[in-house]
Amino acid sequence: MSARGGLSPFSVTALTLGFAFLYLPIVILVIFSFNESRLVTVWAGFSTRWYVALFQNQQIIDAAMVTLRVALLSSTLATILGTLAGLALARFARFRGRTLFTGMIYAPLVMPEVITGLSLLLLFVSLDWDRGYWTVTLAHATFSMAYVAVIVQSRLVGFDRSLEEAAMDLGAPPLKTFLVVTLPLIAPALLAGWLLAFTLSLDDLVIASFTSGPGATTLPMRIYSQVRLGVTPEINAVSTILIAIVAIGVSVATLTQKRQLVRRRREEALARRT
Amino acid sequence: MSQTSPQPRLRLEPWNDPAAVPYIRLTDVGKSFGGQTAVDRVSLDIYKGEFFSLLGPSGCGKTTLLRMLAGFEQPDSGRIEIDGADMSAVPPYRRPVNMMFQSYALFPHMSVAQNIAFGLKQDRIRKQEIATRVEEMLALVRMEGLGGRRPHQLSGGQRQRVALARALVKRPKLLLLDEPLAALDKRLREHTQFELVSIQERLGITFVIVTHDQEEAMTVSTRMAVMDQGRIRQLGVPAEVYEFPASRFVAEFVGDVNIFEGRVVRSERDGTLIHAPAAGTHVFIDRGHDVAEGAACAVAFRPEKLGLALEPPAERAVNVIEGTVFDIGYLGDMSIYHVKAASGAMVRVALANRLRLVERPITWEDRVWISWAPGAGVVLLS
Repeated sequence: MSARGGLSPFSVTALTLGFAFLYLPIVILVIFSFNESRLVTVWAGFSTRWYVALFQNQQIIDAAMVTLRVALLSSTLATILGTLAGLALARFARFRGRTLFTGMIYAPLVMPEVITGLSLLLLFVSLDWDRGYWTVTLAHATFSMAYVAVIVQSRLVGFDRSLEEAAMDLGAPPLKTFLVVTLPLIAPALLAGWLLAFTLSLDDLVIASFTSGPGATTLPMRIYSQVRLGVTPEINAVSTILIAIVAIGVSVATLTQKRQLVRRRREEALARRT
Repeated sequence: MSQTSPQPRLRLEPWNDPAAVPYIRLTDVGKSFGGQTAVDRVSLDIYKGEFFSLLGPSGCGKTTLLRMLAGFEQPDSGRIEIDGADMSAVPPYRRPVNMMFQSYALFPHMSVAQNIAFGLKQDRIRKQEIATRVEEMLALVRMEGLGGRRPHQLSGGQRQRVALARALVKRPKLLLLDEPLAALDKRLREHTQFELVSIQERLGITFVIVTHDQEEAMTVSTRMAVMDQGRIRQLGVPAEVYEFPASRFVAEFVGDVNIFEGRVVRSERDGTLIHAPAAGTHVFIDRGHDVAEGAACAVAFRPEKLGLALEPPAERAVNVIEGTVFDIGYLGDMSIYHVKAASGAMVRVALANRLRLVERPITWEDRVWISWAPGAGVVLLS
């Protein structure tokens, strides 16, 4: 086996199998979303009729709008709360019960969703709140803030505290220091946390099922309930659109980041030479 | 100062003037972290316009002392006064003090000019004036035209200069420098030391620098304090600390030194005779010391104060050690001779290489005599 960039039969096979395992189901879904036939498993020619039908399906459009609103609001809420928790975890020197607090922040990451959903349901029932848009939003913010907290905390661990001290030394009070120095520097972590919370909310089915009510059906709930009556090409079309949005978003983010990194490296190399 | 004898060049020595009022005054300042004493009741006066060094090994408390002056740490006990004002209740952002950080701590999301302007902006100074003062600072540190660069587009030396400009732009009463040159390579560091001194003299701002590099401290400072285990072990002008170390710790930390244990044989007003069995000789020092005859002590010699010869010095019984050359370290400008004394002790002698050294007059395995002047040694009592 050549060590330098050569493709051995083994690595080619491994690569093909691995990618097939990951992407074959998605490729089939995308292909069948362009199927002329109503039968999902029989190919009858290329057509975009299911996309057209999709945009006339008020139920799906409503569900998509609910999902979008829930995701936007809950991820913003989760980012604010998660950032505060991450700051507390990274910054406060050892306080009594710190380990317990850290564990309690991480717990929702491993908690089975069914349990989170059920306990939130019990909470909302005992508070006598009508379940709907607001309860789903709160529920999503609750479980996704833990992810934001973890991301923000890990960014703060590598943060040079002397930057904040320098700002204070130059006359900026603590709050101003946080706003003009700390926040801009951890902004990438906040954005990453927000995006993660957004996607978590976007595809959550279990917790939404427990905490949602009439008039607040999310897209995953809608898709799931339709699939129970049989998979339709319409669902394939919805899924394809979702995949496209996610794929474009991820590629743009990755490319911009890579571009910035390359430019930064070049500038640093240039600075060293002068 | 008398008016009849105008001095052409006045030396700044306010510490010798009993009427001078200290600008920065630390009284019994103590600080401990979780039971560990970092600074142990330090009292210190620093005068206006000084370039003061805190020198010591890592963990000696020098950085904690600096951070207390900046306001990042609160002293557990004692008082800190700057220009007559008590600083204990003043947070860092209201102190007339600026700091240059070891990591430089330049804001990576701001340009060079924005970094320098940051402090002025906090004081709500008019945009026009900010721009002028930023330009002044860029000129002072020879960074004209680079105001638009981001920190990552600068070399290490340029970053260091931006950090200095940012800390100076508010014209603080006191500038604190935390190992400011540690990240630079040797040549640039030496150059920058002189530059720092010239900037300090031009602006007249009081500088306090923390360093573990004794050459740096001696090059830049008016006075230096050698610290160990939270205490100031010796305070004085660099030459005083180097030539008359008060303790074994200071002698060993500042510069290179040979130390021999001994016992006082004769203690008089204008001379001290010590028997140093480790060196196999008697040492005569032409100064009186407050020691009892028979007391244990140590004598210290700087390697450059010792002489080396192939012949025994004429009719002398003291201040001579006989030995053989064990090793030679050739440094270019000078050579360090490691001489093994008859008693088994190793003595280091530094000789300047005045002539081009093709054939060494003294070489390995040679039988040599080390001798020195009566003023060369220092008696160490602790």
